[in-house]
Amino acid sequence: MNIAHSHISDAISGRQRLMDRFFQALTTGSAWLVLVILGGIIVSLFAGGWQALVAFGPGFLVNDDWNPVTEQFGALVPIYGTLVSSLIALLIAVPISFGIAVFLTEVAPGWMRRPIGTAVELLAAIPSIIYGMWGLFVFAPVLSNHVQPWLQAQFGDSALVGALFQGAPLGIGMLPAGIILGIMIIPFITALMRDVFLTTPKFLKESAYGVGATQWEVIWNVVLPYTRVGAVGGIFLGLGRALGETMAVTFVIGNTHRLSASLFEPGNSIASTLANEFNEAVGDMHTSALIALGLVLFMITFIVLALAKLLLLGLESRDSAKS
Amino acid sequence: MDLRYLRRRTVNIVNLTGSLLATGFGLIWLFWILWTTLSYGVAAFDWNLFHLDTPAPGATGGLANAIVGSLIMVGLATVIGTPVGILAGTYLAEYGGRSWVAGTIRFINDILLSAPSIIIGLFVYEMVVIHMGHFSALAGAIALAIIMLPVVIRTTEEMLRLVPNPLREAALALGAPRWKMISLVAYRAALSGILTGVLLAVARIAGETAPLLFTALSNQFWSTDLLQPMANLPVVIFQFAMSPYPEWHTLAWAGSLLITLSVLALSILARTLLRKARLEH
Repeated sequence: MNIAHSHISDAISGRQRLMDRFFQALTTGSAWLVLVILGGIIVSLFAGGWQALVAFGPGFLVNDDWNPVTEQFGALVPIYGTLVSSLIALLIAVPISFGIAVFLTEVAPGWMRRPIGTAVELLAAIPSIIYGMWGLFVFAPVLSNHVQPWLQAQFGDSALVGALFQGAPLGIGMLPAGIILGIMIIPFITALMRDVFLTTPKFLKESAYGVGATQWEVIWNVVLPYTRVGAVGGIFLGLGRALGETMAVTFVIGNTHRLSASLFEPGNSIASTLANEFNEAVGDMHTSALIALGLVLFMITFIVLALAKLLLLGLESRDSAKS
Repeated sequence: MDLRYLRRRTVNIVNLTGSLLATGFGLIWLFWILWTTLSYGVAAFDWNLFHLDTPAPGATGGLANAIVGSLIMVGLATVIGTPVGILAGTYLAEYGGRSWVAGTIRFINDILLSAPSIIIGLFVYEMVVIHMGHFSALAGAIALAIIMLPVVIRTTEEMLRLVPNPLREAALALGAPRWKMISLVAYRAALSGILTGVLLAVARIAGETAPLLFTALSNQFWSTDLLQPMANLPVVIFQFAMSPYPEWHTLAWAGSLLITLSVLALSILARTLLRKARLEH
């Protein structure tokens, strides 16, 4: 190799090395942006909600008085509404999602699995505002004319759960919000449950079939114990989605700041309070209290989603350790 | 013995039938909601939608300003979010590997993927709207870009990981520097998958309402000024559906149909491409 040639190649590789470094810096910087966004969210929510957090202290979380006129703000009603509506959603979505996941992985013939799987996933693609409009104009009348009177007749006098079904059957309130949330999170839980069910090793299932187990016994005694961690992770992920869902809930929850044991009564969730009041907030304290509410919501969902992710990661590392 | 066998058989059949019923229960809502949107939406459909602006109560009007506003904001968000998302996904797949930094970014990204979009709206309100002093289409686009970012990052990483390593090694062995290997070999092999991620992300933000409430708000009139509030379909639907005026309800249904059809078309297209992209590897 002569000297001139190696000079040229040095110059080229020098420039290439610079480009390499530039490209790596560009990608690294973009990736760090994710952490910057997270930091930015936390800092800006703290900064915006500071005035309210200082004024009301920890009592903000347990006070049920939300009054823009007297500038008294407590987050209990929206927090309660968020938790209760999400709980109803889970009660509906978990068994249904489990059923669909079982159907898609064990029962349905091969040609049916893909179209049905896609259809369930499309349920997740429908924008939440469409759920809201459907809920308000179509589902609420059905609920108030048929379902709620029936529930009241069946359980209204029961000493145990009667309190849950009191009040006028308006089709608007905690129960409708919870049902619609439940429908909305079915696709998320289903997809994850299906994926973790599919990780069960074939030989485990076949050993069970070999000793004479029925299909259901294989699902219940082999697949489910093997994938329990992941299935719970999927449920937490669905919960995280339900907690922060805004538009669908805003349409049907009733937007009333009142604590009530009955699921028929209108209530409020954190997200729907924000959607309804933020742009019409009167005064700094009202805005600040709303942003503090946002901070509470972000912290709850962050913890729930982090738990979901940790559970799913645990399953993943176990599987890769075994294979 | 026989009785026990019978019981196990019955439990089996009952539970498997239950799973069939659960699937039916899950799918009914899809068809019910689609049917509602279609029947109300088609009834509300006419050509005024596309050349008249949102009306005052009682007047006739359309959704022209909202349709254009949505297109502008989603377009701008895509232009901002796509390159950043692809680059970040590239870091995770090509440079980050198993390092703790990459692990943390992946973890946080997955959380942001499911984080409430209304919180992103609050964040952009604090960062952009307060400093500008008023709502703007730009703030709306930034909020949408932040929401699409995690989707793009995740699909890009996943798709780059499907590219077989021998391809990379072959390029490096020929003396290609790493950035050339990634941009000319890895990107090309993963192209259709990465594009799918972008499509999915666009489908995700096209119907987002909550983050726009605090950023772009809406505008009753025609405006293409990025620094002013801009009309957009989701917020117009929200405001019109919550109003007491029947003619506004009609327009809200027409808007719902437009959004639902475009979002479903995008997601079906993306899913078809994604399946193809996965089969290629």
